Amino acid sequence: MNSIILQIASKYVRWLLVIFSVIILLRGHNAPGGGFIGGLLAGLSLAYKGFAFTPELLKTEMKVKPESFMGLGLMLIFISVWPGVFIKSAFMEGIWFTIPFPFTEGYKFGTPFLFDIGVFFTVIGVTVLFLFSLSNNKSWK
Amino acid sequence: MNIVALPLLIPFALAISLLLFRSPTIGRWVGPLGSFAIFIVSLYLFSNLQTNGILTLNMGGWDAPFGIVLVIDYLSALMLVVSSLILVVVSLFALRFLTDDIPLNRFYFFFFTLAMGMNGAFITGDVFNLYVWFEVMLISSFVLITMGKKKEQLEGGIKYLALNLIGSFLFLAGLGLLYGKTGTLNMAHLAEILRNDNQAVLMNTSGILFFVAFGIKAAIFPLYFWLPASYHTPNITITTLFAGLLTKVGVYTFIRFFTLFFVQDQPFWHNLLLITAGFTMVIGGMAAASYYETRRILSYHIISQIGYMIMGLGIFTPLAIAGAVFFTLHNMIAKTGAFVASGMIAKIKGTYQLKEIGGLYKDNPLLAVLFIIPAFALAGIPPLSGFFAKFMLIKAGFENGNYIITAVALLTGILTLYSMIKIWNEAFLKKQPDNQAGKVDVKLAWPDYLPLTILATASVLMGIFAASVFSYTMEAANQLIEPSHYINSVLKNKMP
Repeated sequence: MNSIILQIASKYVRWLLVIFSVIILLRGHNAPGGGFIGGLLAGLSLAYKGFAFTPELLKTEMKVKPESFMGLGLMLIFISVWPGVFIKSAFMEGIWFTIPFPFTEGYKFGTPFLFDIGVFFTVIGVTVLFLFSLSNNKSWK
Repeated sequence: MNIVALPLLIPFALAISLLLFRSPTIGRWVGPLGSFAIFIVSLYLFSNLQTNGILTLNMGGWDAPFGIVLVIDYLSALMLVVSSLILVVVSLFALRFLTDDIPLNRFYFFFFTLAMGMNGAFITGDVFNLYVWFEVMLISSFVLITMGKKKEQLEGGIKYLALNLIGSFLFLAGLGLLYGKTGTLNMAHLAEILRNDNQAVLMNTSGILFFVAFGIKAAIFPLYFWLPASYHTPNITITTLFAGLLTKVGVYTFIRFFTLFFVQDQPFWHNLLLITAGFTMVIGGMAAASYYETRRILSYHIISQIGYMIMGLGIFTPLAIAGAVFFTLHNMIAKTGAFVASGMIAKIKGTYQLKEIGGLYKDNPLLAVLFIIPAFALAGIPPLSGFFAKFMLIKAGFENGNYIITAVALLTGILTLYSMIKIWNEAFLKKQPDNQAGKVDVKLAWPDYLPLTILATASVLMGIFAASVFSYTMEAANQLIEPSHYINSVLKNKMP
């Protein structure tokens, strides 16, 4: 696709999408949102560039490989499993703590949130990888 | 008991490490050593089980039946030990037998995700969680089948995926009905509810959905078509991995579900199981007899042998269940061994077609010895592992008065022997045919023999120490037939 409007718009809309995806990620757990849908949005912001220009351009310009995104995300998930064992009793048990913040009642963070961030990065990697696989003409011999 | 989660976490960590560090030298080490670590952990869990009784872990600190429970009883532990032995063997096999078009790291990544799915299916105590592990296995195995990027692999992979997805849908449907009727998906809780309910016959609707779903996974008689359509297409390493593990997970779930909570209306279920078992044995055995390609013969063989395991479940005495478990364990080892041997033959001769090869006995007596052990074990010749497995099943069949299925099982033994002798005659005894153009003779190095040596040794040892394996499987069968111990250790008598 070669549309100037889309290419110019992609510059700005992409960052909007990234900001929006982080908001969606943060409001998760108790409200609709969370890592999966946030990750899809963030992946979409990368895919936007791929659609506006070419997926090959995105592939060359991306400094971090999608596999590394997935690896990072899965590693965060793996790390989030452990605190429950050492602080409480079982794997994956949620550990919560509150970060005080002026004018609010503070923000709650915990291992489920870490898990969600892991899902976020994994989904980004998977979405971009899907885009790359679908765009190249793999030949089945 | 937090160690219960280790069979899941170790493959997960190994898969992540392969994703982050993509150099092939790392994969070369992580694959076999990681599989060995899983094997050690399984052995440790097994010894822990013997001292402490059934091991449970409430994930996330949520008590059963509200959260997901991981449970290891004798059946799970035995399956874990033997399947992780298969993982070790296949990871060594892959080092030498994967072709260059499959990157080692990618293979090991999906190898470990498959291992994670399989271990999860073995140790979970929750029906929905089981479904999730099945999906993990299904996705990893689909990627593994199509990894060589060949057209027939894609074709086989699509057939495999399509039929298994139907199985998954039915599984999910049965699960939904189960949840709708009982309001729980914890296996122990389900067992407690359904065993004490005089209307439990109404569960047959969801039972039959599970029967078809697991039947597809385990490749029993009318539902096995995905297996011969896909198993001969991928690289032999991947076929070996699937042959040893995939269908056995289906058999495991069969044994788990139909001993734990689908025990009402026994005449119906046991007749159904016995009839499908008989057909599975005979049809698989006859189809195997009609082919001249080693991978196809052995693929149909898998189906034939699934029949024996289902037969043990259908007879439903402690000895029969123990026989089914014993047979599953023996079959995982011997079947993997037979596939490894066929891969070695193909590496030497460059083809799987029995008509085009021959003379291996003279050229390579070591391979002949190593082949004959799993082959005779499959055929049930004493003192190898298969003899004791079949003996237990047939004794249980006669004791319980199931004469027809026992006769079918005995006759199928002849079919098995026939196709094993066919491979033996064609590949090893017969002279190399002259009219074959590409007569390659690759020499094997010693690491090529290592996987098959391990399996042959395991098969012999399982025959020599049959008494202790027998006592373990009897213990497993007693826990399955009388599941109050299982239910109590999961629910800890907290339920009203």
